Amino acid sequence: MGRYVIRRLLQMIPVFIGSTFLIFFMVYALGDPVAALFGERAPDPATAQQIRHDLYLDHSLGAQYLHYMKNIFVGDFGTAFNGQSVTALMGSAFPVTIRLTIVAIIFEIIIGILLGVITGMRRGKPVDTGVLLLTLVVISVPTFVTGYVLQYVFGVRLGWTAPSVSPSAPFNELILPGLVLALVSLAYVTRLTRTSIAENTRADYVRTAIAKGLPRRRVITRHLLRNSLIPVITFIGTDIGALMGGAIVTERIFNIHGVGYQLYQGILRNNAPTVVGFVTVLVLVFLLANLLVDLLYAVLDPRIRYA
Amino acid sequence: MRGATRVRCAVGVLAVALAATACGGGSSGGGGGSGDGVVRASWGDPQNPLEPADTNEVQGGKVLDMIFRGLKIYNPKTAAAENEIAQSITSSDSQNFDIKLKPGWKFSNGEAVTSDSFINAWNYGADLRNAQLNAFFFAQIDGYSKVHPDASGAKATATKLSGLTKVSDTEFKVKLNQKFSLWPDTLGYAAFYPLPQAFFSNHAAWLSKPIGNGPYEISSYTKGSGMSLRKWDAYPGSDPAANSGVDLRVYTDNNTAYTDLQAGNIDVVDDIPANQLKNVKADLGSRYINEPAGLNQTLTFPLYASNWSSAKSALVRQGLSMAINRPQITKAIFQDTRTPATDWTSPVLGDAGGYKAGLCGQECEYNPTKAKQLIQQGGGLPSGGITIGYNADTGSHKEWVDAVCNSINNVLGDNHACVGAPTGTFADFRNKITNKQVTMPFRSGWQMDYPLIQDFLQPLFYTDASSNDSHYNNPQFDKLVDQANAETDSGKAIGLFQDAERLLVKDMPAIPLWYQNGNAGYSTNVSNVILNPFSVPVYNEIKVK
Repeated sequence: MGRYVIRRLLQMIPVFIGSTFLIFFMVYALGDPVAALFGERAPDPATAQQIRHDLYLDHSLGAQYLHYMKNIFVGDFGTAFNGQSVTALMGSAFPVTIRLTIVAIIFEIIIGILLGVITGMRRGKPVDTGVLLLTLVVISVPTFVTGYVLQYVFGVRLGWTAPSVSPSAPFNELILPGLVLALVSLAYVTRLTRTSIAENTRADYVRTAIAKGLPRRRVITRHLLRNSLIPVITFIGTDIGALMGGAIVTERIFNIHGVGYQLYQGILRNNAPTVVGFVTVLVLVFLLANLLVDLLYAVLDPRIRYA
Repeated sequence: MRGATRVRCAVGVLAVALAATACGGGSSGGGGGSGDGVVRASWGDPQNPLEPADTNEVQGGKVLDMIFRGLKIYNPKTAAAENEIAQSITSSDSQNFDIKLKPGWKFSNGEAVTSDSFINAWNYGADLRNAQLNAFFFAQIDGYSKVHPDASGAKATATKLSGLTKVSDTEFKVKLNQKFSLWPDTLGYAAFYPLPQAFFSNHAAWLSKPIGNGPYEISSYTKGSGMSLRKWDAYPGSDPAANSGVDLRVYTDNNTAYTDLQAGNIDVVDDIPANQLKNVKADLGSRYINEPAGLNQTLTFPLYASNWSSAKSALVRQGLSMAINRPQITKAIFQDTRTPATDWTSPVLGDAGGYKAGLCGQECEYNPTKAKQLIQQGGGLPSGGITIGYNADTGSHKEWVDAVCNSINNVLGDNHACVGAPTGTFADFRNKITNKQVTMPFRSGWQMDYPLIQDFLQPLFYTDASSNDSHYNNPQFDKLVDQANAETDSGKAIGLFQDAERLLVKDMPAIPLWYQNGNAGYSTNVSNVILNPFSVPVYNEIKVK
């Protein structure tokens, strides 16, 4: 197990270098960021040159990448155009998005798995059909529609929550945005759990467990659920990364100053350090979440072992 | 069994993490409510650090105008430049100016505002090494070319503008490198604000919490999310704040700001989302403001491109101008928040300031038959059709570009004569224009720096000027602008500027489309909300109930 973890961690290094390299070049291909700084005015060549020099933009692309990587290893992710260091931006953005992601994942786990178990156990019954239909609706409606509708209904009409989240973004304000962010994944979790459960209800070990006279509750939680959760855990694990990076829409609607917002600003202003820095961290989160998922397999199913 | 306990343990850890982060989150609340006399207003994240000579967009400018006062101030209602810190600005030859300061002005840290505060700030702004985006505002001052040579990669040979001479703490002299009679009227612009010694001695500290000499001082600034400004009680100026402070809150989406206004979570929103314009009157009633601002939109032609440089292509441009049904588009798409343009300036200048309604004449009026005729006379559209370039990331330009193309297509009876050509980001769009890679007309907008007719003409159409994106070159135009700048009588100067503007009708380097209005809404908690000519709310006048 320990060797497996170390091997996996070592594998992250080439993935990390490769992804930063790709992102760096893609952002560079968006064009010269200095032109946009001057607004609708043509940049005066001397000032533009000076800014390029200050930002290390007057070197070749390869040299810029090496310079950037060299700085990353001493913890310097560069500077955004508003003069703030990217590490400071990350320090303010990531906690907010992590809180939002936690809320979303909790919704996914609790509501998604619960609905999945209920429908999986009652396949073909009205509850099952009802939930299936509901998840279909949730999956087909885009996030920004549900976001604006829920914001209007709960924020303006009913006045239960504020339509926007304050800068500090505490948990209690993130419940509605977290739900909006979770909705689509939640529907997938429900459906995955349902199928998995429905398949396993007919498995031999479940029949054995029932035949042994174990209480129904124990059969479901210990035997059925544990074996059915592997695909669901895989999905939720990869979803952590997807939720953090893909929160752009939700963060915009609820005015949450998190990772999605900073990435959006970075792309809009063509600011390579911001975009590359944030995506790099997201890549790491993604890799770690996947590692966690692989390790959880062994916990859930002892037959899966790593040398 | 063993596995199950581990899962339970993990859930426990998650719960602890939850609790920990929750504790960390709630410390700084949502800012002041309306009860304590503080105005809550929407804001956008400033693009650059908040330095007077480095701020060239509205959001940063908003703050600078709250915490700074300059030699002149633009009257929020009439747009006229009035003396603020300046006691007098005099000149006998339109080239050498003598500036006297009013005594008693201070920065909020107690430092006095002296002629050095201006001279040091201007030298800093012009210095190439500081790479300030607004450096060219000092280009008229003598010695600029030594401090800030134009060519890329050139080195400065001086660090101070030779045209600035200190006489005493309350008086300094400015020598320009050419005659420019209206120059004093440009001094209300943010780039010309004075700076305290604290700016130079600890630059990083100043940037994290700027210190100025205006009616407000900054009490806290969290980059990217918000700023709290509080009334500076010792403010010596004549326009102190009528409220106890302003909390600016960054919104990532103006729709959310509008929703917050409806829910009563914010008091002033100065950017109404386009898709809400239909409901805004019903929602806000008299609390909706829709006023002309010093902003216009044009369709600029790349005159350097071979297909637009022929002698007859001016006829095509005139024809295209007449093929655009401006009244219909401003009504249908902008819900009357734009006014069809009939000249190249803006109505906020007023007749005295150089705005002349109808200066463009029939060339800017919709006339399908004449339009078609002119385009044919000019040899038809280059290569049979045109595209209109725009950036797709901000400003919902697609809708109106499609409408303009539709109007042109209808006139020409050809569905493929004009199509929109989006570019992904504003940065890339500007890049292509700067590098002369654009060969077809593209959208452009001009927000005035100061309310002068000169600002609508010289930067945009003077040969090799800073924003001459079409690379228009007409010696006669340049000559008239030079004459106007040298003219000491402002009435005569404006007449000469208008003569220059008339040349644009014939050459049509850019088609005027419409004047843009400022749109704002406010809550029932506040009153006396007005927009200044730059379409920014006059924060210090807002009263909280």
